[in-house]
Amino acid sequence: MKYLILIHSNAHFQQRWEALSEAERENFGRGHFALSDDLAASGELVASEGLADPSLATWVRTRDGQTVSSDGPFVEVKEHLAGFYLVDVDSEKRAVEVAARIPDAVWGLVEVRPVLDMSGWDV
Amino acid sequence: MGRLNQLDGPDELRLRELSARALGILVRRHGGFDSCEDAVQEALVVAARDWPRDGWPANPLGWLITVASRRLVEIWRNEAARRGREERYALTSLGDPAPVPQADDTLTLLTLCCHPALTRPAQVALTLRAVGGLTTAEIARALLIPEATAGQRISRAKARIKAAGARFEEPREDERTERLASVLEVLYLIFNEGSTTSSGPALHRVELCAEAIRLTRQLYASLPHEGEVAGLLALMLLTDARRPARTDAERRLIPLAEQDRSRWNRAAIDEGVALLTPVLATAPPGPFQLQAAISAVHDEAASVAETDWPQILGLYDIHLLLAPGPMVTLNRIVAVAMVHGAEVALAELAEAARAPALDGHYRVHAVRAHLLDQVGDSKRAHEEYLGAARRTKSLPEQRYLQARADAARARSDASSGE
Repeated sequence: MKYLILIHSNAHFQQRWEALSEAERENFGRGHFALSDDLAASGELVASEGLADPSLATWVRTRDGQTVSSDGPFVEVKEHLAGFYLVDVDSEKRAVEVAARIPDAVWGLVEVRPVLDMSGWDV
Repeated sequence: MGRLNQLDGPDELRLRELSARALGILVRRHGGFDSCEDAVQEALVVAARDWPRDGWPANPLGWLITVASRRLVEIWRNEAARRGREERYALTSLGDPAPVPQADDTLTLLTLCCHPALTRPAQVALTLRAVGGLTTAEIARALLIPEATAGQRISRAKARIKAAGARFEEPREDERTERLASVLEVLYLIFNEGSTTSSGPALHRVELCAEAIRLTRQLYASLPHEGEVAGLLALMLLTDARRPARTDAERRLIPLAEQDRSRWNRAAIDEGVALLTPVLATAPPGPFQLQAAISAVHDEAASVAETDWPQILGLYDIHLLLAPGPMVTLNRIVAVAMVHGAEVALAELAEAARAPALDGHYRVHAVRAHLLDQVGDSKRAHEEYLGAARRTKSLPEQRYLQARADAARARSDASSGE
């Protein structure tokens, strides 16, 4: 079963992150590397990436077949995505276990979402 | 590289069957399941590359054993060199592949691949490779995961088996039942994985349903009197028989009640029923036999109305006693509605839905919606269908449930407009 583990952030946590010492930030990074190494070794990792700052985001919309892109959302977003892990695991319990190892989980902004599959109930 | 399907269908299957036999023989001769498996896999890839071009060797199994054995020597030499030790590995009968023992290693191999030290996904991947003879690339495509992930899953599984000290031998009598149950679960999981992914981007995808049936057939050939093995094979055949009618051209799910039964695979149904009939009379009953029996009643009926629902209900009653589970409870309630009416079923559902395992489960909403539709409460049926659509983890089911919700709303609007 695939699960997407989303790491959210917001302005408040951005500030807390920036206020950490360099050693603390490095510890965070090491936690992420260790986790992705373990998931790769166990054959559970599909993909994992950290995302660049939301100020670098481009918002895309199409209108009458034309592409219109702009630098930011029209309304100030309260939360943004900071990174993700896509895992293929045995159970939801295991996905939650993985999520709990994400260093950002101490801030309570890690979300586990099941990925839709193509199964069909035959009744 | 990494694909066996340069060979056409029958040849590919023949090669894969030979690869499992070659592996069994190699492990018997030399021990070391993990290195033997690597060696056979490499021989297999060479065969898939060369045989279509040069033709099949006179003794294909002997060829595979010889090439894999040579590869095995190289693997061991490399390992020995890496460890810096001067170990001597005695390999017997290298250039002499002729005498091939007739031992049936299918069960032994399956039992090893489904070793309890492994997680389910690891058991599935290793079974597909060591017993199914699929390459890592094929397994990755079939399971919709990256090749590196599949490769890692397999090598980790083999390392675990080695660390657990598991040997290539038939399970001891006291653990036999448990180990066999685990093998059957893994085979059923592979079968279901096939129906889970079969509507995805299926080009060149190895057909997991067919693979699960093929492996279960092999197991049945070595254990023909084991009721649950026959039951599982029958269940797979009876379920797979309905596949041609299960989705429409747009890949939309068609419920059993609306399927075009002339499109069901009669040969598969006949085979499933023929497998099941003798074991139901002789073997101790088990969940796979019961589910197969229920499937057989559906498959033999000309329509929903002509289905023997009292028999289905009776089978679910036994299933619930023998091996209770939330999905058995729910499916039984659908049968209750057909025998005793939707009102009775709704009352039973209200009771059953209190169980923690069913709390908030989308199928509770789906069944309730179906029953409310039957009693003519389209308004609540609409809400329940929507609730189910939001909660399912399956894309085709979501589409189906949303369409049902639309239809219920249309009926509700029509009746309130009168």
